[in-house]
Amino acid sequence: MAKVLVVTSGKGGVGKTTSTAAIGAALAHRGLKTVVVDFDIGLRNLDLIMGAERRVVFDLINVVQGVAKLPQALIRDKRLENLWLLPASQTRDKDALTEEGVGRVISDLRNSYDWILCDSPAGIERGAMLAMRYADEALIVTNPEVSSVRDSDRIIGMLDAKTVRAERGERVEKHILITRYDSTRAAKGEMISIDDIMEILATPLLGIIPESQDVLRASNVGSPVTLNSPASAPARAYSDATRRLLGETLEMVVPSERKGLMDLLRGRRAA
Amino acid sequence: MNMFRIFSSRPAPAPIASAPIARERLQILLAHERGTRGQPDLLMALREEILAAVSRHVALDPDKVIFRMERGKHVSTLEVDIELPNEPGLPLAATG
Repeated sequence: MAKVLVVTSGKGGVGKTTSTAAIGAALAHRGLKTVVVDFDIGLRNLDLIMGAERRVVFDLINVVQGVAKLPQALIRDKRLENLWLLPASQTRDKDALTEEGVGRVISDLRNSYDWILCDSPAGIERGAMLAMRYADEALIVTNPEVSSVRDSDRIIGMLDAKTVRAERGERVEKHILITRYDSTRAAKGEMISIDDIMEILATPLLGIIPESQDVLRASNVGSPVTLNSPASAPARAYSDATRRLLGETLEMVVPSERKGLMDLLRGRRAA
Repeated sequence: MNMFRIFSSRPAPAPIASAPIARERLQILLAHERGTRGQPDLLMALREEILAAVSRHVALDPDKVIFRMERGKHVSTLEVDIELPNEPGLPLAATG
């Protein structure tokens, strides 16, 4: 049965789009038919992170308004045959998205995909509301930083109140994904700890993605990090998170960069 | 602590620099986006006129028409994939 996963955060710049692309590619790589949908109307970027920016013809709003049919707007990834992108509109007014229209698109996608990943815009306005509206599960992307944790808490509240599932008295399964985690700073006590975040948000942890140059490099070349450098620390962390999303139980570790002598001396705690 | 740093990481093999790729991708994308900002939607107009022209000669299902775009630095390509029903009596089927 198809799963709709919203990737959300409240705060901007925490890694929603990067995470949508990385997890979408990891799901597709595992043979699951996956579509990533950009809900950031007016400021789309998922196409750029996926490397499909030159191929956009139609977008979500065209489909919602009936100007184009869904198969005409979907862009198939050139690297993974199971991966598709539904881009956001760059020009049109975000009010063009209606709840009914989005509902129709999501329910059509449910018929032909295993996973539908909705990349939410930042904020708590209409676009973010519509991105989460039909979700079965939610990935709350959080940085180990006070404002991000606060906004995540706010979003968790909205997921429990404003989604179709919530209104029906059902649960949206929620997961926290910590991104831009810097183990050196964490070891020095300069960063709010994972345990503290978990205690404050009281929501299960899906994964910890280390801060890494590989993420920037992947976005530069327009390829999800799980495809662009699968052996890198962030890619391994995203793969683990994806496997947990699929129900596997894995030990929660922060994959680290290639280990140096000092890491070995420190006892490979972050292995 | 600094003196230990020399042990902590050997220099990684220099990856191919990705920044120039990022620059080129952005240049191409923004050239297209700036050119079309505030302009009527060219693709939409093309689509309607192509569909109208083809429909005059053969019966087609507008849902079975796929437009693919590839924007390049010097040229862009527009690929139009039209599925034509292979019914007897259609001019195209007759010649094939």
